[in-house]
Amino acid sequence: MNIIGTSVPRKEAPNKVTGRARYTNDINVPGTFHAVMVPAHQAHAQIVSIDVDEAKKVPGVKAIITGDDVSILCGDVTEDRPPLAKDKVRYWGEPIALVVARNEAAARRAASLIKGRYKSLPVVNSIADALDKKAPLVHEKNGSYTVATPPVTPKKSSNIADEANVTKGDMDKAWKASDVKVKVHISLPQIDHAAMEPRIAKAEILADGRVLIHASTQAPFEVQKLLAKYFKLNPGQINVTAPLVGGAFGGKAGVQLEVLAYLASKAVDGQMVKIVNTREDDLATSPLGMGLEADIALGASKDGRIQAADMRFFMDIGAYTDSAPRIARAIAAQCTGPYAVANVHTDVYCVYTNHTYTTAWRGFGHMPMTFAVERAMDELAEALKMDPMDLRELNAIRPDDITPTKARLTRSNLGDLPKALTHMRQLIGWNGGRVEAVAEGKVRVQGVAAFWKTSSSPPNAVSGALITMNSDGSVNLSIGAVECGPGTKTTAAQILAEKLRIPLDRVFIHEDVNTQVDPEHWKTVASLSTYMVGRAVLDAANDLITQLMALAAAVLKCSPDDLDYGDEKIFVRDDPSIYLDFKDLALGYKYKEGDSIGGQLMGRGKFMIRHLNLLDQHTGHGRPGPAWTVGVQAVEVEYDQNTHQYRLLKAATVMDAGKVLNPAIASGQVMGGMNMGLGVASREGIFYDTEGRFLNHQFRLYKVMRMGEQPKQYLVEFIETPQVDSAYGARPIGEHAVLAIGAALANALSRAANVSLNTLPITPETIWRERRAH
Amino acid sequence: MREFTQPEQVSLTINNEPRTVVAYPGETLLYTLRGDSLGLTGAKPGCENGDCGACTVLVDGVPVKSCLVLTAEVEDHHITTVEGLREAPIQKAFLDHMAFQCGYCTSGFLMLGHALSQHVDRADEGRRTEWLRSNICRCTSYQEIADAVTETCSSLE
Ligand code: FES
Ligand code: FES
Repeated sequence: MNIIGTSVPRKEAPNKVTGRARYTNDINVPGTFHAVMVPAHQAHAQIVSIDVDEAKKVPGVKAIITGDDVSILCGDVTEDRPPLAKDKVRYWGEPIALVVARNEAAARRAASLIKGRYKSLPVVNSIADALDKKAPLVHEKNGSYTVATPPVTPKKSSNIADEANVTKGDMDKAWKASDVKVKVHISLPQIDHAAMEPRIAKAEILADGRVLIHASTQAPFEVQKLLAKYFKLNPGQINVTAPLVGGAFGGKAGVQLEVLAYLASKAVDGQMVKIVNTREDDLATSPLGMGLEADIALGASKDGRIQAADMRFFMDIGAYTDSAPRIARAIAAQCTGPYAVANVHTDVYCVYTNHTYTTAWRGFGHMPMTFAVERAMDELAEALKMDPMDLRELNAIRPDDITPTKARLTRSNLGDLPKALTHMRQLIGWNGGRVEAVAEGKVRVQGVAAFWKTSSSPPNAVSGALITMNSDGSVNLSIGAVECGPGTKTTAAQILAEKLRIPLDRVFIHEDVNTQVDPEHWKTVASLSTYMVGRAVLDAANDLITQLMALAAAVLKCSPDDLDYGDEKIFVRDDPSIYLDFKDLALGYKYKEGDSIGGQLMGRGKFMIRHLNLLDQHTGHGRPGPAWTVGVQAVEVEYDQNTHQYRLLKAATVMDAGKVLNPAIASGQVMGGMNMGLGVASREGIFYDTEGRFLNHQFRLYKVMRMGEQPKQYLVEFIETPQVDSAYGARPIGEHAVLAIGAALANALSRAANVSLNTLPITPETIWRERRAH
Repeated sequence: MREFTQPEQVSLTINNEPRTVVAYPGETLLYTLRGDSLGLTGAKPGCENGDCGACTVLVDGVPVKSCLVLTAEVEDHHITTVEGLREAPIQKAFLDHMAFQCGYCTSGFLMLGHALSQHVDRADEGRRTEWLRSNICRCTSYQEIADAVTETCSSLE
């Protein structure tokens, strides 16, 4: 191996440092029309009328669309979301109209002149509000919407959009066997993805009936299928292009602006129309990450073994369902965290509120879930008077254990958590969790938390790879996974170069995805691309090698079995001086006399997820994902007991990566993930006022980490327990570094401040409040 | 600054080349740079209200958020965009330190880093952090960016 396991730079790196990397909004056709959304400034209201008369008079305005002009409902699980609010507004910022104009300025001016008249309704402003017996309904039709992708179990006449349950073992017995019990209540606000590139979509309907979509999306093939369904088109008519994506984090896996762009183009005779979110739209109007309230009860015997886990999770999904039911099932399936617990009862509820609707957020629900479980674990360690690291090691899930949904674990499909814990003790210099005084009023403390995650994909998710050869013997690789930062394309190229035994610069890979040209790839989500694309690339490489061998065998008058390859040559194994260059085979072989055989060589590869199933509706049993990545994270902080300010000194991750394909890209992923997770834990959160108005829809109000606020030191270590069915043994690692770092911080600060910190974000003020309340 | 109420011709020096554009009175420099006539899309819109720095360019060598500047205000000034960097040490340092993932924030950070490296005499660590705080990166841990900028500044010292 000489390419796998080395820190090659990203393929597109030179373009990214010269301004030549092109994102969706950098590629424009002159004459493109602009569409602008009109957001509602009500959180819950009946729409009485929408006055568009003044707006229509603005020069350059070509069309104005409102909810009454659109009859479809969107949603990848439950179809409950009108693309433009109809009859009712369900969150502050929900689009009530769309203006299409010759240029952006005219569209904005017109949009500002559109006035909605409303009859205000009582606002469902929290999970508690939503669950109240007398709660107003966010959706009167809850329970009778079309379900596009079961399972989902809404409760009629309530704000419960879905419920997922998992049970295992015997809870009564388990509680009897528990000498120590702890209970924690967790409360986490909604958060934003805050990708630096705002969401954008462009649509054009050609005269021949084809629909061209250009969008910043993680799911071009999903956009294609959903648009076809909503607008009764053939998927083949719809050509979706996804150029480089400027950050996504799950927020670009759903389909929102693409639908509006299509409607806008339709309203102006199929002209190319662009719709770009302002940052304010991107926060308040496009979907967020869910909020969570959770009640976790754990019971353990004196020796520290966990006997019982009883958990309720209430997700603040906001006004529409989007992918929440799938996230709920992911939470249910991994609800115990990476621990072997024989007796489990978990209920997860998707709760409608009058908040901005939510979608996948890096980790697919596992980050808030992990926060809840890992806070409970630290409370349990405290109750047992055990070292929190020891408690985790004692209960760590191992091969031959079964998951909460009764999936069987093996050395291949599960990473090695005990080993990761051992490495972490070294890496952070674990001191047992003691609070150490460092100066007058200042203490230093460490916190730890562990995670696991599998990738919840549909049981029929596919991926593909196509290789074509160039006349010089180099290859072009085509895949359907989008490049949104994690180096997906580079990794795929590395896998191909390794397999073909050629240098990386002989593999060409285009940075965009085009659904008409590239093979299908489910979605660039769930950190699954390396696994799925990797397998497809290997399959395609094998196909190409077989063809190279067959053609060479014919020319060299031998059996393909006599041949081997390397150095861009096919050679006779026992006499390498007899060989043919790749370039002489790439477009067919030409004999001296000029007659030729073979034609262009192309490798085709495919992969389909196997052995997964939908979880049983009653017991929750089933196999949710192909493999579980595990890891442990820790922080060291200095805390001022007087001011409650704290400084992040160290943040560390040890993860079982299976095989690290590109060490520099992998540690970058992990460091970035920790930074994001610590940002969430220390400063992020959406605020709504008592009327449900979205208060912080700008970066000066929705604070993310900035330079200098990151920990003094980031530490990353990988261990490698191969996942045998993955290319070179690599495990998914893209999302994982956000999962437990916030919990590690809360665990550290809870001990330092001597108070349970179970809400996020943790600021000096929240610590002060908690201490005052206790 | 000249006053005008209709689109008018404005002359700028962009990446050492004199250019003339037609700009609306209220047109931001970011808009002008990215528009069809210049096509310099390296500067990115991330918030268009000064919060994120993805649009950072240099005006007479000083980093400026181009979403907060009107084109009319910088008439006759020297603008440097990421497209104007020619094998600047900061670019190599960003490559060496893998100081980006999605790359959307990169042009802005490069311009800050480049400007800092031109003023190394004043760029101690505190100053560097202060400057770099004006921009947001959501993908990296900032450590990579800090390392790239530090290396560039200290190699020039
Ligand atoms: S776009 Fe100029 S600061 Fe964000
Ligand atoms: S690299 Fe994506 S925002 Fe900085």
